[in-house]
Amino acid sequence: MPSFVIAEKCDGCKGGDKTACMYICPNDLMVLEPNEMKAYNQEPDQCWECFSCVKICPTQAIEVRGYADFVPLGSSVIPMLGTEDIMWTCKFRNGVIKRFKFPIRTTPEGAANAYLDLVGKDLDSEVLSTEEADGYQLPTPETV
Amino acid sequence: MALPNKALGELKAVKDPEVEEREVDILIVGGGMAACGAAFEVKKWAPDKKVLMVDKAALERSGAVAMGLSAINTYLQDNTPEDYVRMVRNDLMGIVREDLIYDLGYHIDDSVHLFEEWGLPIWKMSDDGKKLDGKKGLKVGTLKSGAKPVRTGKWQIMINGESYKRIVAEAAKLAIGDENVLERVFIVKLLLDANEENRVAGAVGFSVRENKVFIIKCNTCLIACGGAVNIYQPRSVGEGKGRCWYPVWNAGSTYTMGMEIGAELSMMENRFTPSRYKDGYGPVGAWFLLFKAKTLNGLGEGYVGSDVAKAELEKYAPYGTAAITPTCLRNHLMLVEMKEGRGPIMMDTITALKELGGSVSKKELKALESEAWENFLDMTCGQANLWCGTNTEPEKKNSEIMPTEPYLLGSHSGCCGFWTSGPDFDWVPEAYKIRYKDKVYNRMTTVNGLFTAGDGVGCSGHKFSSGSHAEGRICAKTMARFVRDNADFTPTLKETAQELVDIIYKPVRTFLEHCDYTTAIDINPNYLKPDGMTYRLMKATHEYGAGTATFYTTNNTSLEMVMEKLEMMREDCEKLAAGDVHELMRCWEIWHRIWTVESHLRHIQFRKETRYPGFYYQTDYPSQDDENWFCFTNSKFDPKAGTWEMFKKDYIKIIPD
Repeated sequence: MPSFVIAEKCDGCKGGDKTACMYICPNDLMVLEPNEMKAYNQEPDQCWECFSCVKICPTQAIEVRGYADFVPLGSSVIPMLGTEDIMWTCKFRNGVIKRFKFPIRTTPEGAANAYLDLVGKDLDSEVLSTEEADGYQLPTPETV
Repeated sequence: MALPNKALGELKAVKDPEVEEREVDILIVGGGMAACGAAFEVKKWAPDKKVLMVDKAALERSGAVAMGLSAINTYLQDNTPEDYVRMVRNDLMGIVREDLIYDLGYHIDDSVHLFEEWGLPIWKMSDDGKKLDGKKGLKVGTLKSGAKPVRTGKWQIMINGESYKRIVAEAAKLAIGDENVLERVFIVKLLLDANEENRVAGAVGFSVRENKVFIIKCNTCLIACGGAVNIYQPRSVGEGKGRCWYPVWNAGSTYTMGMEIGAELSMMENRFTPSRYKDGYGPVGAWFLLFKAKTLNGLGEGYVGSDVAKAELEKYAPYGTAAITPTCLRNHLMLVEMKEGRGPIMMDTITALKELGGSVSKKELKALESEAWENFLDMTCGQANLWCGTNTEPEKKNSEIMPTEPYLLGSHSGCCGFWTSGPDFDWVPEAYKIRYKDKVYNRMTTVNGLFTAGDGVGCSGHKFSSGSHAEGRICAKTMARFVRDNADFTPTLKETAQELVDIIYKPVRTFLEHCDYTTAIDINPNYLKPDGMTYRLMKATHEYGAGTATFYTTNNTSLEMVMEKLEMMREDCEKLAAGDVHELMRCWEIWHRIWTVESHLRHIQFRKETRYPGFYYQTDYPSQDDENWFCFTNSKFDPKAGTWEMFKKDYIKIIPD
């Protein structure tokens, strides 16, 4: 299901330091057309539908249309990514709408503890840094 | 740091790119779970060393977990590493490296505990036995403090994993330092040292955001760039071919880059053809394990317990008759039904939800529905849209499932990859240790100084996201040790910078030289665009290499034919053409895919039995042959002679039944 960009909503991230969709696409598919300053998916058949561009777009200009090969028209799946949760609106071909909300992280963005001050002690052991700090002892297997 | 983006018109490739040369102690190639594990760990053990991580995409959303995950498939907690070995061994039909699996088993939980600390929401069981999502579950404490996860089977735990990769990448980037991460740079070749045999000395690649080649010298290098996807014609051949099960951008780069400098591969015949919801490739695990759904054949029969199925499984005892049927044999049972005309195979979601719903309140029923949808929305959004587009409410309409096209990987339910060293313990057989200057380096390949993790390590599947992260951390520590022990090494490249640029930018030069010859830029007798070569590869593997076209069967004659085609493909790759840097990326990806598939098929050719029925069938040798083939099959490409060597390595049982 390739992503598509709604012309009216895309402003090419003019005001930002980067074109968000182009920055994030894991497969390097989203590009900016420099004259119109609008983004588009340059290889729709290589789109994994990961929704990374949809979720990151600051103007909600990107959606996804089901793969022509096997998805009948008329449905949509639209995320709204917040800092703690994601909201999904799933619209069926027959008009049924379902909404879901799921947590995405329990700490503030940027607050992951990278253990910057942790320095390992015994480089010749097989324990990992945080295991060593916890005093973890590696087991030895019962062997045949 | 990723560079600011440039618009398409500014990305045209030029004949002579800029060159940036760097020299580091430790080089991490890749950006997925394994590479992020290495990035988190490396500075803890090598605080004063120069390190660099290079990702072809943006770390925040790269690798197999880019979209998210709805479960962590390996968390041990009350299970022992011995149990973990037994599970993996049975699922992979007996032939696995038990040292690697055991060694990973006791590290995995530490990575999972870090994920939770970083902010990954993990479902918990409340004291009164109710499921709590990752946010509500905080109140019962962390896994590390002993809180109970929501298990779906013995090994999996449920998470709210939409932002799983973003969280793991954030910690990785903070730990290694933003200035030590190069994004949107695609490393395509590893380089051997000029003075020392069989010793890695660097890597070369290019930016997909500007015309620039990167030449990076290093003392030691980790390659963790995932498995191989789009190597066989997918079941969907239009737009839908992007909707592969594993990430479409995994091009076999890990295998090819190591293989080309002579690193020994093992079990490359092993593949994975997961049975998933048809077309959307949404996950089935939660449906089987959490919702207790059953599969039905086209006649509406639960074929899994049938006499036919039992007889089939007995053919493959003891694996087939074990309490948990191996993944390949579950596929095999499905294929038996389909080939006998008793398809299509349906997941009976209606009955499953009805039975679960019978005993719960309306509110709990609503939660159940939400769980079912989150399972897709967290990790396969497109499957949710397929349900929407086909008006599929799982409580009212069953969905078809189907085995996919083949994938190559070493971290999920497959085990192809490099032959690597186990840890230096007395209980690890000597044959499983790889030494450099008398010292054993855990997870080092047979090329000195070259390490791998995740999909790169062969003979030890079922690591999944958490295990890949932990394995990357193992590598980082060992590499720190390697750098300490070999501090006097000065990497010296055989090739000059200009020679490397000539290799990397060859497709651009070919394009620029000939593109004016015809009126249509993609059709030209002097070159081939990478998408054309991709179709050629997929067609050949599909038809001769045990693809879906033949229900995953091949034989000696077909293999000989596909080998000839592959040789011509490699020759024609000399004429690949790239008009912009994105296309240059595609050129190198298809090169990686072709080499990876060739090794896969050489291994299938060498192993004269059918070890993994359901994944592939060698019809000249349709049974398992324990007498001759209960061993690892390894291969080595000699970079000097340009020849392949195939050989057996003994399987050594370490953990009792």
